[in-house]
Amino acid sequence: MLPVLLVLTTIEIGSGLVLERFEAELLAYPSLLILVPVTIGTAGNLGSILAARLSTAFHLGTLSFAVDDDRLLGNAIATVALALSVFPVIGVGAWGLGVLTGGPALPVTTVLAVAVTSGGLLSILAVAVTIVATYVAYRLELDPDDVVIPVVTNVCDVLGVVVLFVVVQVLV
Amino acid sequence: MTVREVAARAYREGLPALSASLVGGLLAGVVLGGMRTELTAIDGLLVLVPALLATRGNVYGSLGARIATALHQGLLEPRLREADDRLLRAVAAAIANGLLASAFAAVVATAALAWLVRPAAGLPMLVAVAVISGLLSGLALTTTVVLFVFAGFRRGYNPDTLVGPLVTTAGDVFGIAALLIAARLVIWGGG
Repeated sequence: MLPVLLVLTTIEIGSGLVLERFEAELLAYPSLLILVPVTIGTAGNLGSILAARLSTAFHLGTLSFAVDDDRLLGNAIATVALALSVFPVIGVGAWGLGVLTGGPALPVTTVLAVAVTSGGLLSILAVAVTIVATYVAYRLELDPDDVVIPVVTNVCDVLGVVVLFVVVQVLV
Repeated sequence: MTVREVAARAYREGLPALSASLVGGLLAGVVLGGMRTELTAIDGLLVLVPALLATRGNVYGSLGARIATALHQGLLEPRLREADDRLLRAVAAAIANGLLASAFAAVVATAALAWLVRPAAGLPMLVAVAVISGLLSGLALTTTVVLFVFAGFRRGYNPDTLVGPLVTTAGDVFGIAALLIAARLVIWGGG
């Protein structure tokens, strides 16, 4: 448990360093700062939900790693649909809470655009990371339940920060 | 099942957990948004945020999963009064792992910031914030996980499906709230 925990912690410090690169923007606009934990958390959750489903399907023997596999495709589509359902709520919520708690506000359209663009990109990345991680675990004959879920959750956390950074640079 | 059926089912089953963690994430964001003074006062504090939040999820998610398995196997009774050594040992080990990973995060963050020639508050300050917040959030999360999983199990819910959303939601909120308290304590103690 402990060695894995320390490796994951080191990976997460990488995403902390990315946050530090745009600390000035985050401190200038509270709604962007409010977006940070929820974007990280949701990205990690999208990955871990998909990973748990693929691991189970894999244990049950109902999964094949083919592009036209119904189960793979259906779960991938659901992940993107889930992201596109929750990220608009996240965007409007972060904007509203930012206004309520005071501080300089960005227009609601900007915060919404940042949240939905980040969410859409993250869901595609989460699908790619989860499929690759499950496939690698399968090839190396590791139990996907033990390996894939923590790896995918933490990698998606990091991607959450990186994607938010890139999207904020482009849109704000 | 067709692609459409698989997708519809995965969507329906994923939405509740995602919605619960959305609420927790936004609440954590509000606390983080209110921490601008502390983030400015302690250089490098923001670098710790993702690592400390992930540690909560990794450590207490694993504790919750262990408790859920022990309940399923009948090794553990869902009553605090009968809390046995096994439960206490698992809790103590989780808190120790959490504290160690928090202190480790502060050390790695300080080293990385020094290497990148970025401003940092210094090792003692960051370690103090990480360890104090690790202890506070560890105590709050352990209590929440044990009480909710026990109560859920007694009412017939599957503890396995409770643990994930519970830990991600409570972990975000308690993790950031503990970080705020720890940062204020350290600023107050050091200044």
